[in-house]
Amino acid sequence: MAAAAAAAFPASSTFNHSSTTQNPSVPSLSSLSFSRKPVSSVSCPIRSLESLKLNRCARFLSAAAPSAASSTASAATTFHGLCYVVGDNIDTDQIIPAEYLTLVPSNPDEYEKLGSYALIGLPASYQSRFVEPGATKTKYSIVIGGDNFGCGSSREHAPVALGASGVAAVVAESYARIFFRNSVATGEVYPLESEGRLCEECSTGDVVTIELGEDSKLINHTTGKEYKLKPIGDAGPVIEAGGIFAYARKAGMIPSRDA
Amino acid sequence: MASSPSSSLLVEKKDVGLSAFRSQAATFAVSAPASRKRAAAKIVSVMAPQQSERKPSTTGAVKTGMTMTEKILARASEKSQLSPGENVWVNVDILMTHDVCGPGAFGIFKKEFGENAKVWDREKLVVIPDHYIFTNDERANRNVDILRDFCTEQNIKYFYDIKDFGNFRANPDYKGVCHVALAQEGHCRPGQVLLGTDSHTCTAGAFGQFATGIGITDAGFVLGTGKLLLKVPPTLRFVMDGEMPDYLLAKDFDFAIAGATYKAMEFVGSTVESLTMEERMTLCNMVVEAGGKNGVVPADSTTYKYLQDKTSVPYEPVHSDGQARFLSEYRFDVSKLEPMVAKPHSPDNRALARECKDVKIDRVYIGSCTGGKTEDFMAAAKVFLASGKKVKVPTFLVPATQKVWMDVYSIPVPGSGGKTCSQIFEEAGCDTPASPNCGACLGGPRDTYARMNEPQVCVSTTNRNFPGRMGHKEGQIYLASPYTAAASALTGFVTDPREFLQ
Repeated sequence: MAAAAAAAFPASSTFNHSSTTQNPSVPSLSSLSFSRKPVSSVSCPIRSLESLKLNRCARFLSAAAPSAASSTASAATTFHGLCYVVGDNIDTDQIIPAEYLTLVPSNPDEYEKLGSYALIGLPASYQSRFVEPGATKTKYSIVIGGDNFGCGSSREHAPVALGASGVAAVVAESYARIFFRNSVATGEVYPLESEGRLCEECSTGDVVTIELGEDSKLINHTTGKEYKLKPIGDAGPVIEAGGIFAYARKAGMIPSRDA
Repeated sequence: MASSPSSSLLVEKKDVGLSAFRSQAATFAVSAPASRKRAAAKIVSVMAPQQSERKPSTTGAVKTGMTMTEKILARASEKSQLSPGENVWVNVDILMTHDVCGPGAFGIFKKEFGENAKVWDREKLVVIPDHYIFTNDERANRNVDILRDFCTEQNIKYFYDIKDFGNFRANPDYKGVCHVALAQEGHCRPGQVLLGTDSHTCTAGAFGQFATGIGITDAGFVLGTGKLLLKVPPTLRFVMDGEMPDYLLAKDFDFAIAGATYKAMEFVGSTVESLTMEERMTLCNMVVEAGGKNGVVPADSTTYKYLQDKTSVPYEPVHSDGQARFLSEYRFDVSKLEPMVAKPHSPDNRALARECKDVKIDRVYIGSCTGGKTEDFMAAAKVFLASGKKVKVPTFLVPATQKVWMDVYSIPVPGSGGKTCSQIFEEAGCDTPASPNCGACLGGPRDTYARMNEPQVCVSTTNRNFPGRMGHKEGQIYLASPYTAAASALTGFVTDPREFLQ
């Protein structure tokens, strides 16, 4: 079975080198996928996080059989909710200050705690707290940033803290490579790149929808404007698979956990 | 040449493209791996996907010259030819982790490969506690225990353990800062692939190898398979020529390089060749701050001499082909460079040290993988010696490793009549050199020595100065070379070291 999988995913055709080709259609979806049906309710952004939470927690559930994740297996992926806008050079110390790095992400309790500290390192000039004091989840499911988002440390605690707090996707002008890579490897947040400076177009609290597909875009319902997003590129297959481990299993590099 | 901070320090910049480019170092052919030892450890879970190799003889494809980064990755992925942009599964020679990321990486490894899984090679994982060591923080202490439990269970050969936090010298295995320890313990070798769960893993590129930082999920993957999926970066070439002025250090070069996101940075030129290994490490250390994926300095006699007494593991150095294609080339005449600082709150916010002389400071910190090595302390001592005066602000000294600490207390400083660094530091009124670890470079738990717990202004030989980096969110950190840091300690203001060194 592993050999068949390997033959189905020969290394040379695994990645789309051209950035204009779109993601291959996603094979049969389990709860371990980003696809979900669009959420129509504006007043309940938490609902869009449900199946995402299951995606992230699947790592800690031995038999993930969530009943709520009745997502339609479509190739399009949608995120919807309130956005939180930050500036350029949001480094990992602002995303999760070093004093919290004693928390181990693979420990479920400490994972939740990390979420409660997401973006707590932002200076006082940011008037809205990302996670309210005492809470572990944020009401903002999309973070919009400028240049060089995630610069600084290789600490995976950064995308993990964002994901644990409830962030579904980050839309930034550009990323630091280790943060981008960690987001892809873990599947914690979907790292998207905007065309231009969305951080100057959107405001914290705007209601936005992100639609990924042939032409990915972000729709700001509060301002009524739409913006083009860059294709995910080479990272697409890894994200679609659900992270580096799932991807490697699909490619037959490592046996499935049940094997 | 004009050297105001806003104008480029680059003398000449040109896109090399396909034009022939002579590498400074001799071109070594990548020899066939004659006696390369295959990993003897039992690897149960890896099966490389089918690779359809296009043999040049069948396609008539011409073999293109490769940069040393491309060559290292080609060899490590068992391919004869690689181009930037390709994603390949690479064999890892060394994986390093520390107390902050190790527990997470081990947790992921067990969850993904099973509770009874064994690491791919017990001799290729190097576990170095260094980040939050000398603290009463229970979780931090627990994390070192987690490292120990895992290393014991897996029979890991290289675990630089510490149990007695009250007296670092009572721990014979303990080293200190991972990137310096990796070099000192002979784990950095030309031509190899070294990955670490720390952004400054790029430091090891000083040894002519591919070295970069990864997260704990990627590390968990490497633990089980010994491989990682990497994208081949294009290479930027930085040519540094000219005689190194005696007031400049490699740290000042770090402020001159930028705009390297996702690229390999290759450092060549007569100046680079004149640098010691520790200075080359400082040069490669801040590649990540420039956005780079990895930095490389071609291996030469300096490298081989350094490694002579440190490793007996065979290695095959790799050098860029004469026909290698570089994305861009930048040339520097180092004799025109001046001491610089990075002002709050970004390593990119660079300025000439002499233009910041009105900035009053509250403290100076000399330490970390960037500026806490033996030669960094020797450099600081040189400035204190030249001045003969006492520091005007608290000056914290944190040697990177036990070896550095011992050097500080034993090596005589040239021109001092036999005094050691420690004696010079004491006479200058600095704090006593502290227990070796990462210390306050990244703040850490509240009780970390020299952590900035109030909004103060600090000149530091460390690598990042984002808000809150050393502790307090409103702290102001000026990154500088050890010369500049020592000079600033003496005046109580940000100070160009030429005030004391000329």
